[in-house]
Amino acid sequence: MGRYILRRLVLMIPVAFLVTVIVFTLIRLAPGDPVLAYAGEEKDPASLEALRHEYGLDQPYYAQYVSWIGHALQGDLGRSIRTRQRVAEAIVERLPATLMLGSAALLISISVALVVGTVSALNRNKPIDLIATAAALGTVSLPNFFLGLLLILVFAALLRVLPPGGYTPLANDPGDALRRLILPAITLASASLAVNLRQVRSSMLDVLAQEYLRTARAKGLGEPAVVLRHALKNALIPVVTLIGLQVGAIIEGAIITESIFFWPGVGKLAVDSIAGRDYPVVQAIVLVSALSFMFATLVVDVIYAWLDPRISYG
Amino acid sequence: MRYFIRRNPRVIIGGVLVVILLGLALFAPLIAPYDPIAQDIARNLEPPGPDHWLGTDDLGRDVLSRVIWGSRISLSVGVISVSIGFLVGVSVGLAAGYLGGLVDLIAMRAIDALLAFPALLLAISITAALGPQIQNAMIAIGVVAIPAYTRLTRGQVLSIREREFITAARTIGVPTLRLVLRHIFPNVSNALIVQATLATAFAILAEAALSFLGLGTQVPTPSWGLDINYSQRYLMNLKWWMSAGPGIAIFTAVFAFNFLGDALRDALDPRLRRSA
Repeated sequence: MGRYILRRLVLMIPVAFLVTVIVFTLIRLAPGDPVLAYAGEEKDPASLEALRHEYGLDQPYYAQYVSWIGHALQGDLGRSIRTRQRVAEAIVERLPATLMLGSAALLISISVALVVGTVSALNRNKPIDLIATAAALGTVSLPNFFLGLLLILVFAALLRVLPPGGYTPLANDPGDALRRLILPAITLASASLAVNLRQVRSSMLDVLAQEYLRTARAKGLGEPAVVLRHALKNALIPVVTLIGLQVGAIIEGAIITESIFFWPGVGKLAVDSIAGRDYPVVQAIVLVSALSFMFATLVVDVIYAWLDPRISYG
Repeated sequence: MRYFIRRNPRVIIGGVLVVILLGLALFAPLIAPYDPIAQDIARNLEPPGPDHWLGTDDLGRDVLSRVIWGSRISLSVGVISVSIGFLVGVSVGLAAGYLGGLVDLIAMRAIDALLAFPALLLAISITAALGPQIQNAMIAIGVVAIPAYTRLTRGQVLSIREREFITAARTIGVPTLRLVLRHIFPNVSNALIVQATLATAFAILAEAALSFLGLGTQVPTPSWGLDINYSQRYLMNLKWWMSAGPGIAIFTAVFAFNFLGDALRDALDPRLRRSA
C-alpha cells in the first residue's frame, strides 16, 4: 500500500509541473501590461522600468517561471492588483465560507443520492424509478445559476421565508447562518446530485444481482437487513470515489453559486477578480483549485484501493 | 432505417428536439416577432401577454425575440467549440494510440494536466486570460473538451490496432496516415458521435455560465446566460419573466442534446443496452 501511494505521488509530479506551466502561461497571456496595472496612476517610464525589474518582468519567460514557482512553493502567490493584499492571505480568509458551503452541499447531495438511488434501484423500472431518473436528467440540464435564481424567487421574493443571500459565520449566529446556508447549499448540491444518484443506483443494481444476497434472504434475513447490512455496505464502495470527484464540481459550482448569493467565499473572490482584471488572484485560485482537485483524486484512489482488496496496487 | 427508428424511438425524439432548436437558430430573423435589441421604453417590464408572449425587459425589448436570437449564439458556440475539441482531441488521440512510445507518453501527460483542472474553471481561466469575448469563450470551451476526445480515441485505437484487418493492411503496405484515417478512424466514429453530442450539451451550459459571469457574449447581443445575469436585479421585484425565458431555453437545449447523446449511446452500443 505504501509503495502504491508513493508511485501515485511520483506520477503526480510531471502532471503537477504541467499544471503550473499552464497556469503560468495563462497569466502571461492575459491582455495588458501587468506593470501598468500595478503602477496605477504612475506613468513615469523610469518608475515603470523599476517596477518591471522589481517584479522580474524584464527576465526571460523561463526565469520568470522559476521565480514564480519558487515563490508559489513557499506559499507566496503574489499580491492582488486591486487590493494589494497578499493573494494567499485573501484565499485563506475566504476559505471558511467556501468550506462551509461546500460541506453542506456535499452532505445534501450524497444523502439525497443515497436514499433516492437506493429506492430507485429497489424499484427498478417502476414509476418511482422512472421519475427519479427523469429528475436526475433534468437536474443535469438545469444550469445552477438559473436554479439559484428560481430558489431566490420562490423562497425569498414570493414566500419570504429565507433570505436571498448573504453570509453569517456559524460562530456568530448559528440560526441565521443556517438559514442563509439553505438556498446556496441546495443550488450547489444540484450540480452533483444527478451524477451521484446515477452512480448509487447503478452500484446498488450491481450488488442486488449478486448471489450472496440470495443466500442472505435464503437464511431468513428480512428485506431491510438484506438491503441495509449486506447490499448497501458493498454498494457504497464505488460511491466513495464520488466524494473526491465532488471537489471539482464544488469548486466549479461555488464560483457561480457564491456570486448569486453574495456568499463571501473563494468563488466570489474569483468572480470579483475576473471582473476587476485581477489576474494574479484568478490564476492563484485556479492553481490552488487544480492542485486540490488532483490531491482529492489521489486520496480517493487510495481509499478505494484500501476498501476494495481486488484493486491492484501495481 | 425503419428498423432503426422502430428500435430507437428515443433517438428520434432527441433528434427532433435538436432539429427544432437548429431551425429556430437558423430562421431566427423570420421567426422572431421583434428586433431583439430594439428598445421600447414605453412598454418596459411588461409581463407575458398577447403582444409579448414572454414579456419585455427593463428596456422594453421583447424577451421571446431575445430567446430566439440567443439560440444562435448558444448553438454556434456548441458547434464551433465541439469542432475544436473534436479536431484536436481526435488527432492527438489517433497519434498517441497508433504511434505509442514517446508521443503517447507526452500527449497523455498533457491531457492529464488538462484533466487536473475542473472543466468550467479551466474555461473561465482561459477566457479571462484571452479576454472576455465570445470567440475566446469558444476557444476555451473547445480546449476543455479536448481530453475527452483524446482519451476516447486513444483507448479505441489501442484495442483496434492489434486486430487482424489492421495487420493485414499494414502488411500490404498501406501508408500510416491512410491506415489511420481510412481503417482505424471509421471504427472509432460511433463512440465519437456520442461524445460530440454530449459535449454540445456541456458547451451550451458552459457558454451560458461564461456569459453569466460576463466572460462570453457582450451586451447588447442576445445571449441566454447574459440575459439571466441581467435579469437578476429585477428578481426581488418579482419580474420573473425576464429570466424564465432564457432559463427554460438553456434547460431545453441542454436536455435535448443530453437526451440525444444518451439515446445514441444506447443505440450505437448494444452492449450498453443490455447492461442498462
